[in-house]
Amino acid sequence: MTAAAPAAPASEAPSIPAKGAVAHFWERLRKKKLAMLSLIVITTIYAGGILAPWIAPYPYSEQRIENALQGPSRQHLLGTDRLGRDMLSRSLYSARTTLVVSVAVLVSGSLVIGNGLGLIAGYRGGWVDAAIMRVGEVLSSLPGLPMLVLVNAALGPRVAEWGGWLDRATGIGLFKDFSSYLTVFMVLSLFFWVGTARYVRSLVLQLREREFILAAQALGASTPRILVYHLLPNIAFIVVLQVSATLGSVAGTEVALTWFGVGVQPPTPSFGAMIFEGSGARTFQSQPHLLLVPGLFVSSLLFAFALLGDAINDIIRDR
Amino acid sequence: MTGYVIRRLAILPLTLFVVSFLTFTVARFGPGDPVTVAAGQVRDPEVLQRIREERGLDGSIVQQYQRWMGRALQGDFGESFIQRGFSVRELVVPKMLVSAQLNILAIFFVFAIGVPLGLLAAWFQGRWLDPFIISTLLFLSAIPVLVILPPIQWLLAVQFHIVPVGGWDGLISIYWIAGVIAIPIPDPHLYLPLLVMTVPGFSGVARLVRITALQVSREDYVRTARAKGLEESTVALRHVLPNAMLPVVTAIGLSLAGIVEGAYFTETLLGIPGIGAFTFESVRSRDYDVILATTLIVAFFFIVMNLLTDLAYARIDPRVRLGAGNRT
Repeated sequence: MTAAAPAAPASEAPSIPAKGAVAHFWERLRKKKLAMLSLIVITTIYAGGILAPWIAPYPYSEQRIENALQGPSRQHLLGTDRLGRDMLSRSLYSARTTLVVSVAVLVSGSLVIGNGLGLIAGYRGGWVDAAIMRVGEVLSSLPGLPMLVLVNAALGPRVAEWGGWLDRATGIGLFKDFSSYLTVFMVLSLFFWVGTARYVRSLVLQLREREFILAAQALGASTPRILVYHLLPNIAFIVVLQVSATLGSVAGTEVALTWFGVGVQPPTPSFGAMIFEGSGARTFQSQPHLLLVPGLFVSSLLFAFALLGDAINDIIRDR
Repeated sequence: MTGYVIRRLAILPLTLFVVSFLTFTVARFGPGDPVTVAAGQVRDPEVLQRIREERGLDGSIVQQYQRWMGRALQGDFGESFIQRGFSVRELVVPKMLVSAQLNILAIFFVFAIGVPLGLLAAWFQGRWLDPFIISTLLFLSAIPVLVILPPIQWLLAVQFHIVPVGGWDGLISIYWIAGVIAIPIPDPHLYLPLLVMTVPGFSGVARLVRITALQVSREDYVRTARAKGLEESTVALRHVLPNAMLPVVTAIGLSLAGIVEGAYFTETLLGIPGIGAFTFESVRSRDYDVILATTLIVAFFFIVMNLLTDLAYARIDPRVRLGAGNRT
């Protein structure tokens, strides 16, 4: 059970755990065709986002009003929007927005805060556990979307103010431009640690009664040492699950927030804003590509994450 | 069990207090101070001061909260900032009724259709129908309402005129045959919202039913039932089904939460006068007292649902009652 995260070199024993949890996991995942297909879809959309500045045929904000509302053509593979901006370029940059926000929330909210608090709550128990879990309970009992909208609307302008102030103070000139990213990311992190923390806590509750933890305690290991060296490696396998679950749900939430006009602010392109421009039965009748282009990107990304999460869940349950 | 219930109920007011204080602070902390919202175009300091006092917005945030809470406990949630002269209560209550009707119908259909689909998938495990059902449902739940609603609206309402484009007209409408015979039918305004509110919920319920049914069917007592020569259908209906249903009951809370979230988009896009559309309207127009009231109502609902779910779990699985952290 000493499943250290990277492949352990000890390969004398031919049994499966000796190959390391991640390698073993990858082997199981590779056999699932749907999961691999989902991985390809996700990687393609993310790669499009990362490479957007180099592969996008037009700048995302270039307006050619005379080209407005065209269907797909050779010049504009996915057509143009109301202002004559290229839909393909805007989609690629929107994928970039989604990627930035979801990875940021994943790292801070789910991986750092969620795992950290879950470990501490599960291991320490008592009032620490009660306090962390009550806070989580309050946060998760808040109605998610309107709360996110409210907090975003309330904090957005403040963060932009701080950004402007930081720009003047440091002379970097980047903070204000990224302030809407920053708001969305902070607010989502605030809400997204709860699920992870609960899950980690339940795992730690099982683990802390095991012999190797008792042995470590008997040898006088400090609490941080037990948490980092003894408990963390044993829950490392669920990080894969967290990655796929968090990335998927953050992507969906970011789209929803931006749709309501409180997420990432224009001119930064986002799928939410694009979908908003294309909604309405009449708009869809006359200009279906306005909705279909961003809609297909978002749906295939979310579906891929759902399939991948399912496959990962299966593998973890079978352990 | 009683001790567990009491412990959980004792936390309820505390959670509500924290939720309300958080919402209150966040709403006041935002840009567009409530006073300036209430004043509209007026910027006369005297007028602003008067509004501040009238609305109980003077003093520290804690004092403001105390005043608001005192009135809220008596059922007075203040007056709308935008729709003047209307109390929050008379604005919110009819909208809650609309949403409640819609949500209860939706949750009914999610389970009425999701459970049989899950059982069907479990029954056909190992054959193509099982992965087909599950991945189709998964696909349907992965498409956001935002994306799927306009095309469906266009197809059913604009192209084929099967349903109205949007709006709300109660639950029942009368269908007249030859102007003489009146037949009550479900109102056509219901079809579109119910369709988009229930379909994404199927996958969660069906997958849970499938998993539990498969787990139960591996139990010893099911093998015994088969061994003593019972019909396969009797085993499925009498031994597997009742035991597989227990955990599913606890999923009601979770799916209802999903439906309430989805309703924000459905109601907004279809122009249904429910609490979801109203919440967003009020967040956008910064109608502070309405925001507070609606958030609290939905939060209260979420907390109670969570509580009921946990109690249902505890009833089924005694290990939950013992609780974690008993080794301090």
